[in-house]
Amino acid sequence: MSTINDVVIKIATVNGTGSASANGLLMKSIFRMGVPVVGKNFFPSNIQGLPTWYEVRVTRDGFQSRSNRVDVMVAMNAQTYSKDMDEVATGGWLIYDSTWPRSRLLDRKDITVLGIPLSKMCNEHFEGVRARILMKNIAYVGALAALLNIDLAVITQLLEETFASKKHLVASNLEAIRLGYDYAKEHFSCPLSNSVAPMDKTKDHVMIDGNTAAGLGCVYAGATVGAWYPITPSTSLMDAYKFFCKQYRMDKESGGKKFCIVQAEDELAAIGVVLGATWNGARAFTPTSGPGISLMNEFIGFAYFAEVPAVIFDVQRTGPSTGMPTRTQQCDFLLCAYASHGDTKHVLLFPANPEECFYMSVTAFDLADSLQTPVMVLTDLDIGMNDWMCPDLKWDENYQPDKGKVLTAEDLDSVERFERYLDVDGDGIPYRTLPGDHPKGSYFTRGSGHNKYGMYTEDSAEYKEVVDRLLVKWETARNMVPVPEIEYSKFNNTAILSVGSCDGAVKEALVELKEKNIGLNYCRVKSFPFNDDVKNFIDKHERVYVIEQNRDAQLRSLLILDAEADSKKLVSMLHYDGMPINAEFVVEKVEEEVAKGRAA
Amino acid sequence: MTYISKPNITHPKLPKNKLGMTAREYEGTVSTLCAGCGHDSITAAIIQAVFELDLEPHKLAKMSGIGCSSKTPAYFVSQSHGFNSVHGRMPSVTTGANAANRDLTYIGVSGDGDSLSIGMGQFAHVIRRNLDMCYIIENNGVYGLTKGQYSASADVGSTAKKGPANKQMPIDPVSTAIGLGATYIARSFSGDKQQLVPLIKGALTHKGFSLLDIISPCVTFNDHEGSTKSYAHTRQFYHHVIDADFVPPAEEIKAAYEEGSAMPVLLHDGSKIVFRKVDKDYDPTSRAAAFSYLRDSVNAGEIITGLLYIDEETGDMHDLSGSVDGPLSKIPYDELNPGQENLAKLMDRYR
Repeated sequence: MSTINDVVIKIATVNGTGSASANGLLMKSIFRMGVPVVGKNFFPSNIQGLPTWYEVRVTRDGFQSRSNRVDVMVAMNAQTYSKDMDEVATGGWLIYDSTWPRSRLLDRKDITVLGIPLSKMCNEHFEGVRARILMKNIAYVGALAALLNIDLAVITQLLEETFASKKHLVASNLEAIRLGYDYAKEHFSCPLSNSVAPMDKTKDHVMIDGNTAAGLGCVYAGATVGAWYPITPSTSLMDAYKFFCKQYRMDKESGGKKFCIVQAEDELAAIGVVLGATWNGARAFTPTSGPGISLMNEFIGFAYFAEVPAVIFDVQRTGPSTGMPTRTQQCDFLLCAYASHGDTKHVLLFPANPEECFYMSVTAFDLADSLQTPVMVLTDLDIGMNDWMCPDLKWDENYQPDKGKVLTAEDLDSVERFERYLDVDGDGIPYRTLPGDHPKGSYFTRGSGHNKYGMYTEDSAEYKEVVDRLLVKWETARNMVPVPEIEYSKFNNTAILSVGSCDGAVKEALVELKEKNIGLNYCRVKSFPFNDDVKNFIDKHERVYVIEQNRDAQLRSLLILDAEADSKKLVSMLHYDGMPINAEFVVEKVEEEVAKGRAA
Repeated sequence: MTYISKPNITHPKLPKNKLGMTAREYEGTVSTLCAGCGHDSITAAIIQAVFELDLEPHKLAKMSGIGCSSKTPAYFVSQSHGFNSVHGRMPSVTTGANAANRDLTYIGVSGDGDSLSIGMGQFAHVIRRNLDMCYIIENNGVYGLTKGQYSASADVGSTAKKGPANKQMPIDPVSTAIGLGATYIARSFSGDKQQLVPLIKGALTHKGFSLLDIISPCVTFNDHEGSTKSYAHTRQFYHHVIDADFVPPAEEIKAAYEEGSAMPVLLHDGSKIVFRKVDKDYDPTSRAAAFSYLRDSVNAGEIITGLLYIDEETGDMHDLSGSVDGPLSKIPYDELNPGQENLAKLMDRYR
């Protein structure tokens, strides 16, 4: 029996050997054949020498998450060979470099082992150590092309585009492709029973990572100041912002930059730069990860209390402490929701994929400006650094930034006196002015106790009036933030509630569970505070499985704290080993719960 | 008492500047610092300097961190915007503010604790960026608000009000700033308004990072015998090594200077700083000379004051980064938005 377009290929290599471009070539070739793919990079916190893996899931159904299965393992790393072999599903294949003999112990009867003398062939055909190592990677792509039936014309086209300015590299790369391809054709029965065939499912789609999409979103949102301290896995967000600014934000006449990027001395300074810039009317942002948020806490509280806008991207990685910097988690919900000392709470956005990273970064700036408060966009390493298949990003030409309640010079001309923290409109959001605009606009921004006029105070009633108004603003925020995505049928009394990058795994699991006659409703929250839709959704169900990627059920805690959800209803399903969650995990956990329910 | 604003009554004959404003109109709320605090004298000098510079109050941004010094922006130019940030982090906020709007004048007021301990990192890095701002350290050697602990600028041997002498090496903001590349460096004394006003005017006008390290005795916790930051000690050991006169743009240098002792330096906006040298061999445009002169004076136990170093050539943060002229915050959105057509083209990169 042969399977088409449902295969998982995993490539085990050594970090720093240039395998990333080979793996990208493999994934994009399949994507260009019209077949949906999921690419996941599992890399070490290292520049050279440690093991690294790349997984390509070919999924005709267009699922978004990784699979827990490996059909074809390309074992290029002797150090991890035995573990890699263990991962192959029964009936699967293992490809290894047969230049050197393999221990008889390293064998499995239930899989097919395919030896290809990759090093030997590349040593014969290429000069120089570096070229030989690089071409070995390209050669296994060639072998996979033969084994999986990947279109050579597509690969050729991709190489020609990649090396458009370095023509000689096209020839050498093609030669390497052919080495692997021809060897596989000659020695094995190609294609394998699991292979790839053209489809029409990737039209008007792109393969893009969340950091790139978010950086692009910052450009489209009109951000002019970016401040940061480099930290994995958020670094490529600022790289992207810089790249796109250089493309779209250079003044044609003067050659000057219509943006300013400050690489700060640390995250404490990075957020300080953001606050100074937004105070002065620019849209400004900082990308970081959990350790950076820890450092930014003091300023985040300042911005909450002094009501200064800020957009912060937290590309979450595995904590606590330094944790596993190159592994994913959703472990900063509580940290971000209540960042800083004193009574504080903050608006959070939870994109589920790179497409949402693009649009939600624009939303984040609009919310930060209109609410005059920090807004944090919580993505994670999986969304931020892996390429996801997304519909083409589109821009609404009618968009204009919502700068919120900023009084212009003309407005100030006509007012008697400007007071910074008055709740004129009853929504808890005061009016602000920008320095330099008008003599009447001046006020004092401070993190110390202040009254509604912005003056220093230690008076209990004056202090309370201000912090109580901030609660009014919080309720206003609740009705302004993005509403959840809900799939609802009145026939189901049990539901899944999840967040962010769990979405793909949950949606795939819902399909599988339905086939097993387990019907569940689904709510994916997109923001904090939770709007009433979230509360109503929970109220309508007897049980709600809360699925998230951290140990301590942080989303569940937020639901209890902010949506006053009935804690007895909320059953946690927690995936927190650092790898992206998969559908199999969700299916297993739900089945366990269902079985428990039947037994009871 | 939470705050007191001053009654706005002015004598009709008070002198007015080019904007038709009196110095009184550049004042702030009533100071809540101790009577006799050096900081209040610096506040008065700042008021005089911005008044004389004809600065529009709303084009001046007052930045600070935490501590006695950082409270003072409330006490001058009420009509300016103020940003009283968190402890030791005023430089980053000012960096962002300047990044967004380079057309405002920035004055940051900090203290020795705010700059040399909790904020040492930000102090160093704002200098490296050569941010266009005037940065004042009101230096008194102690923590006032928490009642008299040594700060990092306390000299070895200086005694606390109740307790033994300090044994740790002090951090000298002036030598630090010379080493880190600041482009306008001066030291002065809160009790010397005549020297202070032109130094502040020069600092506000200089394009790039200006540091004013101002010895400002703490009357409550560090003004006793045995303290090296007391009024008495400062008066005894400080001397002017080099004075500076500030000459506004389009004005002639009128004062008569002794041959070889005056040295004019042209500032970015056309105004001039004229150095009056007590020591004729001193060259305020040489970083190495300034540094070695300073070391010698420290060894001799002298507090040298005046405009010790100036560099009008190095570009500020925006020059180094290549920004367009004018405030980034005022660029219309249409000029910032690449539009749908570009996005559609860009998508092909990701297929």
